[in-house]
Amino acid sequence: MNRIGFMIEKEFKQLFRNKVLWRMMLAAPVLQLILLANAANFEVKNINIVVVDQDHTTYAQRLTGKFRYIDNFNFRGYRPATKLAYQELLAGTADVILVIPPHFERNLTTENRADVQLLVSAIDGTKAGIASVYAQTIIRSFNADIRTETIGTTPDGVAPERMAGLDVENQYWYNPRLEYKTFMVPGILFELLLLIGSMIAALNIVREKEIGTQEQLNVTPIRKHEFIIGKLTPFVLIGLIQFTLGLLVGRFVFRIPIEGSLLLLYGFAFLFLLLCVGLGLLISAVSNTQQQAMFVVFFCLVLFILLSGLFSSTDDMPQWAQIINTLNPLKYIIEVGRNVLLKGSTLRDMQTQFFTLLAMTITLIGLASWRYKKVG
Amino acid sequence: MRNAVTTNKLTKRFGDFVATDAITFTVAPGEIFGFLGANGAGKTTAMRMLCGLLKPTSGTATVAGFDVYTQSEQIKQVIGYMSQRFSLYDDLTPRENIRFYGGIYGLKRADLKAKANAIIEELELGSVADKLTGSLPLGWKQRLAFSVALIHEPKVVFLDEPTGGVDPITRRHFWDMIYAAAHRGTTIFVTTHYMDEAEYCDRVSIMVDGQIKALDTPGALKKQFGVDSMDGVFQILARGTSTK
Repeated sequence: MNRIGFMIEKEFKQLFRNKVLWRMMLAAPVLQLILLANAANFEVKNINIVVVDQDHTTYAQRLTGKFRYIDNFNFRGYRPATKLAYQELLAGTADVILVIPPHFERNLTTENRADVQLLVSAIDGTKAGIASVYAQTIIRSFNADIRTETIGTTPDGVAPERMAGLDVENQYWYNPRLEYKTFMVPGILFELLLLIGSMIAALNIVREKEIGTQEQLNVTPIRKHEFIIGKLTPFVLIGLIQFTLGLLVGRFVFRIPIEGSLLLLYGFAFLFLLLCVGLGLLISAVSNTQQQAMFVVFFCLVLFILLSGLFSSTDDMPQWAQIINTLNPLKYIIEVGRNVLLKGSTLRDMQTQFFTLLAMTITLIGLASWRYKKVG
Repeated sequence: MRNAVTTNKLTKRFGDFVATDAITFTVAPGEIFGFLGANGAGKTTAMRMLCGLLKPTSGTATVAGFDVYTQSEQIKQVIGYMSQRFSLYDDLTPRENIRFYGGIYGLKRADLKAKANAIIEELELGSVADKLTGSLPLGWKQRLAFSVALIHEPKVVFLDEPTGGVDPITRRHFWDMIYAAAHRGTTIFVTTHYMDEAEYCDRVSIMVDGQIKALDTPGALKKQFGVDSMDGVFQILARGTSTK
């Protein structure tokens, strides 16, 4: 037990002495959280739209006007011909072209129907999809306005008030204002723990191999578990400090709700940190140089992060990716973070995640202990 | 009295390569035992097996009466080891290094401070005791590493080229420390490439291609090979040629 104390004391001395690393470990979660939560953003704003108005009527102007005063769209002006608008699409200065054909107003009033053409640049599939949905919503709302004014009723004879009553109204639970950051911050918080926990732990131990102090320790009577606990503890403690900092930033800068139990959240953070440091330990046990360790850590991290559901929903991934994902610790902990923070889920709700993470932690630390040998 | 080190046909193979080929020798308690050989002769491999860092392929060996196969953890309690690579922490001060290794060897917290002060005084490191070890000259570091290897008063201490890259005056100091430790009853097992150092040893073994080709006191070896220095003995054996 005493030896563990000396190991921890030594680790902290070295860590505090490495001022750059120490400062970075504290600044990184705060900075990255602020940067990522603001930049890694799926809200579609600033959709550049140009309008080719071949009708030049009041109705055409009113339809264009609807696009001009909506935040998500950025009205770039009228173009006299479709050809010119195409060029802007090619140049990337326009994302959407709205073409209002001749006789738009006349067809609408006499035949009760008219067509408009919507051209959407689909280089960024997500953005295109959302832009086209937005545009269709606006056109539909314009359509409803016109009908109310001119006819008073819909073609079926139903009063427009009634029709509005039938409209589907969306209610967004747990994130009522569809705040993107509310969704991102809990995920980023745990992604950072994984990054820092596994990377720093792996490099720290491999460094001891490189400078030869590992061999020196191997000729001392230190036991395997004393070495491993002595190495794990400082990183888990630092991870918890980072987690706290991150949580404070989330709460006070991004105003994310904390619906669930903080104790539960910290329990999970502790478990997850053990897992991260265990992963680092395992990687260090199979690597001989910091270069090798860095590469393996990076390989794992990129896979974990991209498949984690941080940036895209895991439910939409192909079957095989979802199967791989059952081994992705980040996926589970992000689910925990979002559910506990935003929904107030309890341990009972999160038991699948809990047992999965627990099993992974035990496996990783077990493997690392098995691979870590004092005798070659 | 029981031997400090015994080996019987101790062998280590790496694939087809036989690094240490059935070596047999004994080292008496309190002896300064020189373990000589050219680079790649198998000295370090043999030493690593005796320290419990490497499992032998075959043969037997004991260190301080403990078996290297089954009692390697007991061996680690009673040996000190100083490898070719400097193995203290550069980013800790000498005082902190002493405290850490002393703690790992199970010294009492109360004794650690006194021990650290004694070492610092003995090595005259007072002025740099609280500076980073990395900033010390190599010779000072090596002497510190030796003192740290002795911190738990081991029965046997293994020194793998302890004076490599160190100036002659510091080497002389180093050997004074070795004599002092041997005088206190510690067995010294030392490898070196300096033949003048070989002269300081009680007995010397010379390894060539994994085998021990000669083992005796320096005086007896010089007589046996008819030369007037250990350098002459080494030249004859290591080159595999006889000047006779």
